[in-house]
Amino acid sequence: MTRTGWRILGAAALALGLMQPVGAAGENLKVGMITTLSGGGAGLGIDVRDGFLLAVKQAEAPIEVVIEDDQRKPDIAVQLADKLIQSDKVDVMTGIIFSNLAMAVIPSAVAQGKIYLSPNAGPSQLAGAGCHPNYFNVAWQNDNLHEAAGAYANSAGHTNTFILAPNYPAGQDALTGFKRFYEGELAGELYTALGQTDYAAEIAQIRASGADSVFFFLPGGMGISFLKQYADSGVDMPVIGPAFSFDQGILQAVGDAALGVRNTSQWSGDLDNPVNAAFVESFEAEYGRLPSLYASQGFDTANLLISAMGKADIADLDAFRAALKEADFDSTRGAFRFNTNQHPVQDIYVREVIRDGDVFTNRIVATALRERGDAYAAECPME
Amino acid sequence: MSGVLLLEQLLNGVQFGVMLFLMAAGLTLVFGVMGLINLAHGSLYMVGAFAAAAVSAATGSFLLGLGAALAAAAAAGALIEVAVIRRLYARDHLDQVLATFALILIFSEGTRWLFGSFPLFLDVPGWLAGPVALPLGIDYPKYRLAVIAVGLAVAAGLFWLIAGTRLGVQIRAGEADREMIAALGVDITRLYTLVFALGAALAGLAGALVGAIQSVQVGMGEPVLILAFVVIVIGGIGSIRGAFVGALLVGLTDTLGRVLLPLAMVHVVGPQAAATAGSAVASMAIYILMALVLVFRPAGLFGKV
Amino acid sequence: MRRETIVNAALALGLLAFPLWAHWAGEPFYITLATRAAILALAGVGLNLALGTGGLVSLGHAAFFGLGGYAMGVLAWHAQMYTPMQVFGMTVPGTKSMPVIWLVAMSGGALLAALIGALSLRSSGVYFIMLTLAFGQMVYYFAISWPAYGGEDGLSIYLRNGFPGLNTLDPLQFFALTYAVLMAVIWGMARLRASPFGLALAAARQSPARVQAVGIGVFPLRLAAFVLSGAVTALAGALFADLNRFVSPSMLSWHTSGELIVIVVLGGVARLYGPVAGAVLLVTLEHVLGGVSDYWQIFLGLGLLAVVLFARGGLIGALAGRAVAHD
Repeated sequence: MTRTGWRILGAAALALGLMQPVGAAGENLKVGMITTLSGGGAGLGIDVRDGFLLAVKQAEAPIEVVIEDDQRKPDIAVQLADKLIQSDKVDVMTGIIFSNLAMAVIPSAVAQGKIYLSPNAGPSQLAGAGCHPNYFNVAWQNDNLHEAAGAYANSAGHTNTFILAPNYPAGQDALTGFKRFYEGELAGELYTALGQTDYAAEIAQIRASGADSVFFFLPGGMGISFLKQYADSGVDMPVIGPAFSFDQGILQAVGDAALGVRNTSQWSGDLDNPVNAAFVESFEAEYGRLPSLYASQGFDTANLLISAMGKADIADLDAFRAALKEADFDSTRGAFRFNTNQHPVQDIYVREVIRDGDVFTNRIVATALRERGDAYAAECPME
Repeated sequence: MSGVLLLEQLLNGVQFGVMLFLMAAGLTLVFGVMGLINLAHGSLYMVGAFAAAAVSAATGSFLLGLGAALAAAAAAGALIEVAVIRRLYARDHLDQVLATFALILIFSEGTRWLFGSFPLFLDVPGWLAGPVALPLGIDYPKYRLAVIAVGLAVAAGLFWLIAGTRLGVQIRAGEADREMIAALGVDITRLYTLVFALGAALAGLAGALVGAIQSVQVGMGEPVLILAFVVIVIGGIGSIRGAFVGALLVGLTDTLGRVLLPLAMVHVVGPQAAATAGSAVASMAIYILMALVLVFRPAGLFGKV
Repeated sequence: MRRETIVNAALALGLLAFPLWAHWAGEPFYITLATRAAILALAGVGLNLALGTGGLVSLGHAAFFGLGGYAMGVLAWHAQMYTPMQVFGMTVPGTKSMPVIWLVAMSGGALLAALIGALSLRSSGVYFIMLTLAFGQMVYYFAISWPAYGGEDGLSIYLRNGFPGLNTLDPLQFFALTYAVLMAVIWGMARLRASPFGLALAAARQSPARVQAVGIGVFPLRLAAFVLSGAVTALAGALFADLNRFVSPSMLSWHTSGELIVIVVLGGVARLYGPVAGAVLLVTLEHVLGGVSDYWQIFLGLGLLAVVLFARGGLIGALAGRAVAHD
């Protein structure tokens, strides 16, 4: 359970204090990162961690990061949160990848006065009535990418889409999100088992349904299996999905089957802004692989934190929260600001999977939603 | 639902069943001959898939990958048999469960250590890609037909091996009376290693075949392992014939359950909740099937009481 | 005094002394770790009755553990949302009171164990293992896909439930409570094992035919043990959920069943304090090895193998010797 993580000490940066915007008090800020580093889903946590540490290193910020591995188990994550708060006495927490772990940790962590910056999960409960002044989401509200897929399906002229997702809360939210913006008919709506690996029966139903397009949310290995089997089945109607099944880490495992698929994301490696260009280049130089969506989110999370450290001291929680809410940093995805519920307002793009040499990657082909907040902000009592 | 679609779903169920048979055959063989319950069978499936992915990527040949999967899984099987498993034959089931559970931890994290945390790539070979037109207007993936063919061939081969070869005679004798065949001068140690490696190779073959249309990743063997256990319990532990019938039953129940239950639930709970409720019941369908079979036949369909 | 008694006493005192030291040293996290060990030990004590004394290798005890967790989760959730629940047409309010939750968890665990046991105990050996595994999976898939109580996301409880006269939010007081429950259950188990019921159960493990011959029904005997075992494991599940203030289907997964068996066997099968030793060892290993390597589970696996192959009495067997072993 407690992988007592190694500690990155940016203390050297103190010497450079005059050149860098550092914390007002000049003290180290302590960040506790709980993320998934072993078992299934470890690739996502590793990317968030590496993106975060890259930003800390580049800014030479006086941040000490205590990293812990949650093994994707909620009870371990809760226990690690206790450890980080009680033993390590961290100021800020971040890192959790999966919504079910986020729901286990975040409500009690923010209630104990800790700042939590979410680099990936954005469950609807925390965006609506359960929002909290100490909780900031730097990635997206869970529905966002699915909403964008629904909007894109309209603009692409699809009028009879078949939609499917695993039968668990995130899957049900995904289909709800898609339907929120999609205006056409549904050729079919299907829930699969979580962890299912064979989709022959579903693909046969899709073929028989007379649909003109398919939207699916099947994260991790489920998406890889579905795409390979779909490509092999000879059904050739267009596929739309959120970026999770088409990201840098797993595209190579899907291979040709993903080529040309449209997917929605708030970030892409070819997004044209100087911060992103520098990020992609330095990430590849540092780690020897292309950054993923998750790496960009880790990177942005760290930069948001660093921007607030330049404006306020963590000891003054109100001022620090206000500094965070300004979101005065240059994000890799361009324009970024916080909504009243402290979730992002940002553009969401449509990407296409392409092959660049022998590496599969994405390029942006359209913008699905501009300055999109989320559907739950109105329920949040914060202003 | 149209009759043709139903027919296609039946074919899907058979294909899934045949794949489960490859997994279950090794499990049931090992249990029948050595009386060993092996939770690490799913790890051998994973070893096969990873070996196939690594070798196909390096050589570009799917068949070489398949060969590598067989070899790697058989070798891994033989290795753990010699190092660990053979010390467990005389032990009770509890020790076997625990030791093979430990092997799962070692295999899973070891594979992650060797290959990293990201899924590997393994694709259907070009000459088996795409669909083929069957009678009645069914377009069915060639590769899945090939999986059915391979599975049936392996099943036939296994029946021949058990019924018609010297090794088969020894295996049947071993199932019936362990002391006796040792007394007859059969090298029982070698026989056990051979049977275990054979079961492992079958699991590796299943892993490689399935890896081409699924995700090759750490932990991929565990869901299949549990299904394979359900199969051999339904079929009767130790019986190859039972494993075959059980695998087809489970494959068909699972596939048709997923398709038909949501449709049926519309009449029970209404269209709104039908999709989720149907899927919830469908995911339990095979366990309900197993419970039913065991209520009427406590030792499975073909098991000896 | 027998050596095992000394080892047991040392274990009980050590588990008590460690969090006291942690409290003194200002390391509340170690109190949490000790609480986790005590709760896992309690679950192991429950399993040990079926597995050790009764010889019933259940690979589905996660179902009872998780059910206990959900008893806590569902009751506390309804209390927290101020929405009563409808049970068979009756309106039942939720509760934040531990004793009530424990009662519900234990009754629920007993009921589920009666159901699973009645169906599974007709078979034996490997069929029993597979059946319990399959029933466990059935409950697991049900919990994941049933949307009412969070499904895969699980249920979060903001405040730990209360116990009359205690401040359960204080780590040390909550530890004391779980420790007291653990000790009470172990005491009860010791009494049970010495009772005619316990002796008959142990005899049925070694020779069912003989027990049958003296006129005791083996099936009802085993079913009773299984039900009791399920109830104790469910109680541990309720406490575990309260420790984390969270419950999710991961408590129901078959890996949890495997871990519970690991706890029992690491400590020593059918030893009274075996699960305590096993749980302490597992939590320590997780904590220490986890700091050494990302791939620490390889070492956990190797360690387990070594115990199974070479140290069959488990930790207590190694410390107390085999002479006092049960058979």
